[in-house]
Amino acid sequence: MELRNLKKQSDYQWLIEPIGKMRVPAIIYADETLIKEMDEKVCEQIANVASLPGIVKACYAMPDAHWGYGFPIGGVAAFDPNEGGVVSAGGVGFDISCGVRTLTTELTVEDIEPVKTKLADVLARKIPAGVGSRGKLLLSPSEMDDMLSGGARWAVERGYGTAEDLAHIEEQGCAAGAKPKYVSNEAKKRQRDEVGTLGSGNHYLEVQHITEIFNDKIAQVYGLQKGRITISIHCGSRGLGHQIATEFSKTMVTAAKEQGIELPDRELACAPIKSPVGERYLGAMRAAINCALANRQVLTDLVRKALAGILPKAELKLLYDVSHNTCKEELHTVPSTALRTGNGRQKLLFVHRKGATRAFGPGEPTLAPEFRDTGQPVLIGGTMGTASYILAGTSESMSLSFGSSCHGAGRSMSRSQAKRRWQGRDVVKNLELHGILIRSPSFRGVAEEAPGAYKDVNAVVEAAHNANLSRKVAKLIPLVCIKG
Amino acid sequence: MPDKIKKLGWEHFPHQADIGIRGRGSTKEQAFEQAALALTAVIADLDKIEPKEKVKINCQAIDDELLLFDWLNSLLYEMDTRKMLFSQFEVHIDRDKLTAIAWGQKTNVSKHQPAVEVKAATYQDLRVRQDESGTWIAQCVVDV
Repeated sequence: MELRNLKKQSDYQWLIEPIGKMRVPAIIYADETLIKEMDEKVCEQIANVASLPGIVKACYAMPDAHWGYGFPIGGVAAFDPNEGGVVSAGGVGFDISCGVRTLTTELTVEDIEPVKTKLADVLARKIPAGVGSRGKLLLSPSEMDDMLSGGARWAVERGYGTAEDLAHIEEQGCAAGAKPKYVSNEAKKRQRDEVGTLGSGNHYLEVQHITEIFNDKIAQVYGLQKGRITISIHCGSRGLGHQIATEFSKTMVTAAKEQGIELPDRELACAPIKSPVGERYLGAMRAAINCALANRQVLTDLVRKALAGILPKAELKLLYDVSHNTCKEELHTVPSTALRTGNGRQKLLFVHRKGATRAFGPGEPTLAPEFRDTGQPVLIGGTMGTASYILAGTSESMSLSFGSSCHGAGRSMSRSQAKRRWQGRDVVKNLELHGILIRSPSFRGVAEEAPGAYKDVNAVVEAAHNANLSRKVAKLIPLVCIKG
Repeated sequence: MPDKIKKLGWEHFPHQADIGIRGRGSTKEQAFEQAALALTAVIADLDKIEPKEKVKINCQAIDDELLLFDWLNSLLYEMDTRKMLFSQFEVHIDRDKLTAIAWGQKTNVSKHQPAVEVKAATYQDLRVRQDESGTWIAQCVVDV
């Protein structure tokens, strides 16, 4: 991306003044190197989002932003329902509520090393992953509706976890306002046997070890210690979410036209929040959030059971579960005038985060009590060969980005390029030499997900930290990675 | 016309995070069939998928591009719910209606080694048009 189109506000904040149809400015949080590597399309896409009706304050791009569908991946935008604000299926994405959850343990690397191969093999066998995989549960129509209304709460009620788990999931494991009746039969049919499946692509299950602690105080509250083992799961709402997104992206093209909303790009198809299509989408999208939460909860149970057979003393505690493809109704303080002066007032906004993680800071009343002084855990997934990070939400992020931060490394190379460049077998062998065991049904899938095809996650996290979007707490390195 | 024949078929085009699929044909129907082959090739090698079972697919949309969007997403739906992969297609288009047959077989992980699930066909670079030589092109980026 060319720097000359941007106005530098600080080393980590770059502004695009409103021009043309933009209603608000656009802001990119990244350092100069990341900006230069960013696709020019990111600029175009955030400017387009900034032109949508009812957008509040600014449209934001996180440090890992790249070219997406209408919204960039790493895009954040909030809309006011009382100012004609819209909701956009593209602004949430095709994998609704895709997210990361991290479990902590008191195990150490020394506990894992002697059983690592066995652990990798057992996890690969017990965790349904990849194309065409099925879960163990087959849901009846009424169970499907219960799952879509209840989320992780539904899973816990059925024995897949504990009440303590629920306290450590956004919205306590259940998105309010889910309307299973607005989820099509086709979407439900796709999900009938997909609860408790990992999926494929960049989704994974990792056994990791903590190699660095950056903030002792917060690490202690989060239960993180150098040398300890964590387990992270990255996946979403599976076929149900893909189907809902596909259907509504079509419905919203017509809805936008009927409402006289001029779309700079068909992928920005949207509907006013206060409209029948907007309400139907929100009801279905929240059901998909619950589907993702239930999915990650059932997977957690599978992991706990798999580990119990190998390391019976292991106790897997849920640190947190974050979703990075969502639209959520949240209270935010916004300037009382368009001139951004004077005292702010609280407004109920619909915050789209497409490839961005909620990063609420200390003092946020919606957080679990133990995170009120530290801010929420922000879980950043890396690649199978590099690192993942745990960050903490900051008070500053509330005014900088509606309480949002980055979500991962972001690709820097296309799948075709990666496939040409690497052989899956070699990637697996090479990572094994570095102590990382990969299990995947497809070598081609591994090649396409090779660590070198991604941006430098360290640089992305550093930028998020320095921009005050979230604060570094711990670095995690994979030991075992199950890929779909 | 060797040049024209060479142009027919399918290909992938690059996209930073995902992948683009493109079908070329001497008719719109053929371009749609080739685009479907390109879609399957994102997931697995076509020559490993035997055309054993057939599935009928019907779509309707207000224009050619949305019809392609629907056709590809209908295929993804059939793949997901039937746990199948397809390698042969026959498409008929009558104005805004598409009727098709897809031949394939149940997904077998060790045989097909499927690399990745496709989440959806998207509006990005979605185009259905004829080039100067009359070849039909049907393409879009798919989200994986």
